[in-house]
Amino acid sequence: MSLASQSLCSLKRQLQSGEISSRDIVEDVIDQIESRNQSIGAFLSFDAKSALEAAQHADLSLPLGGLPIGIKDNINVNGEPCTCGSKFLENAYTAPYDATAIQKLRQAGAIPFGRANLDEFAMGSSTENSALQITQNPSAPGHIPGGSSGGSAAAVAGNLIPATLGSDTGGSIRQPASHCGVVGLKPSYGRVSRYGLVAFGSSLDQIGPLTHTVEDSALLLNAIAGFDPRDSTSLNEKVPDYTEGLDQGVAGLKLGLPKEYFTEGIDSGVRERIETAAKTLEAQGAELVEISLPHTEYAIATYYIIAPAEASSNLSRFDGVRYGNRSENPQDMLELYNQSRAKGFGSEVKRRIILGTYVLSSGYYDAYYLRAQKVRTLIRQDFQNAFEKVDAILTPVAPEPAPKMGSATEDPLKHYLADIFTLSANLAGICGISVPLSPLNNLPVGLQILGPHLGEKTILRCARSIEISQTSVD
Amino acid sequence: MADHAIDVRYVANLARIQLSDEEVERYGAQLTSVMAHIEKLSEVDVEGVEPTYHSATSENRVRQDEPVESLSPAAFLANTPDQSQGQLRVPKVVDA
Repeated sequence: MSLASQSLCSLKRQLQSGEISSRDIVEDVIDQIESRNQSIGAFLSFDAKSALEAAQHADLSLPLGGLPIGIKDNINVNGEPCTCGSKFLENAYTAPYDATAIQKLRQAGAIPFGRANLDEFAMGSSTENSALQITQNPSAPGHIPGGSSGGSAAAVAGNLIPATLGSDTGGSIRQPASHCGVVGLKPSYGRVSRYGLVAFGSSLDQIGPLTHTVEDSALLLNAIAGFDPRDSTSLNEKVPDYTEGLDQGVAGLKLGLPKEYFTEGIDSGVRERIETAAKTLEAQGAELVEISLPHTEYAIATYYIIAPAEASSNLSRFDGVRYGNRSENPQDMLELYNQSRAKGFGSEVKRRIILGTYVLSSGYYDAYYLRAQKVRTLIRQDFQNAFEKVDAILTPVAPEPAPKMGSATEDPLKHYLADIFTLSANLAGICGISVPLSPLNNLPVGLQILGPHLGEKTILRCARSIEISQTSVD
Repeated sequence: MADHAIDVRYVANLARIQLSDEEVERYGAQLTSVMAHIEKLSEVDVEGVEPTYHSATSENRVRQDEPVESLSPAAFLANTPDQSQGQLRVPKVVDA
């Protein structure tokens, strides 16, 4: 078993007993990437030299001492490229600072390593919108890895690196985790600083871990969570030890099954897997409760107003003036903007900017954007009401397992509709985790466990129970 | 809200993205179907409902008005496509 394929917790034990060194791990990660990344396509680039140097000085007494962590290519790491999977930033930007999550990783002793592929500016759910590279699903050859953190999920599933960071605006950590068969956690809004994460939907974005195990997920969350004065939406709340109490089991917990999530459009095999997982938890002492989230049918429409609106504003910074690729010989400023953006952005990014600009434009603001923000309140209230009755909510992550590569037509609405189970959590600001169940026709399927705002400990505990039951099935 | 057709060229101009004729047509058709779905929101009774701009319930926070360390001019300019004399350079904006 290669070092790169092992869990963080297992590597940590071997490091502390002196069986292996940090350099051994980093060297193996480099070997694995050099020999297999060409076929998987999870990483866009990596800096072997500085990682090996950091391994040399690793402080093994720290929680993540000497452990390499892959980074989605929309999170700034000082001195490294940050392409966001876009031609706009390809070979035209070197990060001049560390994102807060990266700073915190370093403080915990970890070594940020490599740049993981993504849908351009995190817009998409297949990683096929990356303008730079195709990423395969290592757990299901010929199928998409999901997205937008497809590179981060594929890097872990393909055993190229023990763990990665991704970002989740509407499901972009949980859905690729589900499709690739790894654990993916989206923290509550405000739990992890967004400083240094290239902004997509600022009221929705969160950075989170993709890992082999639930314990690793908790370990990484410990490191990256916490208050940051440089993010005005960061929460000044104490960070508990998320690794503590993972094995408490689910006895006595009330787990909700939202009736609106188990209707038409969900693959029967996926549905059966989720119901079996729920029964497994029931057998371990949890109580299953049918709940209602009545505004579910409006979540997609709400999200696809708010996210593009925020994106159109956030992406206005890519104007070809301060960074990124500028069009050649522009005659005036207008041409500089128009041409740089025309050449730099791919189709999905242009579509979303146009949609967002439209819903914010004069005469339409009240009808679309303001109305969506009000419906968002109702969606939040649905969850608040539900969490008065239950401790966590069990749902599918995606309506079906990973589709075949290239099977997607350019029908944006069809893709948007597939985000139904994940994007409500971002609208409501609550936390969610995807944990692997047994595969369906050799395709990974994840269970989504949603928790209340700052309810990460509860969902981690439920996910751990599922993980143990899966291991005993295998 | 009944007419779902977006004047794509006009909106793209607001967003400062030059589009080809082919793109205008393609995005127009795609966004029309997205807007038709978004129309669902008009069914919802939002009378008296406060909008949610942020899902975290924290107050608006401002820092003390004191100088803090930030990027050096050299680090800032390292990524610019064109610079001159320590400043960003762009095409002429005002005629002499």
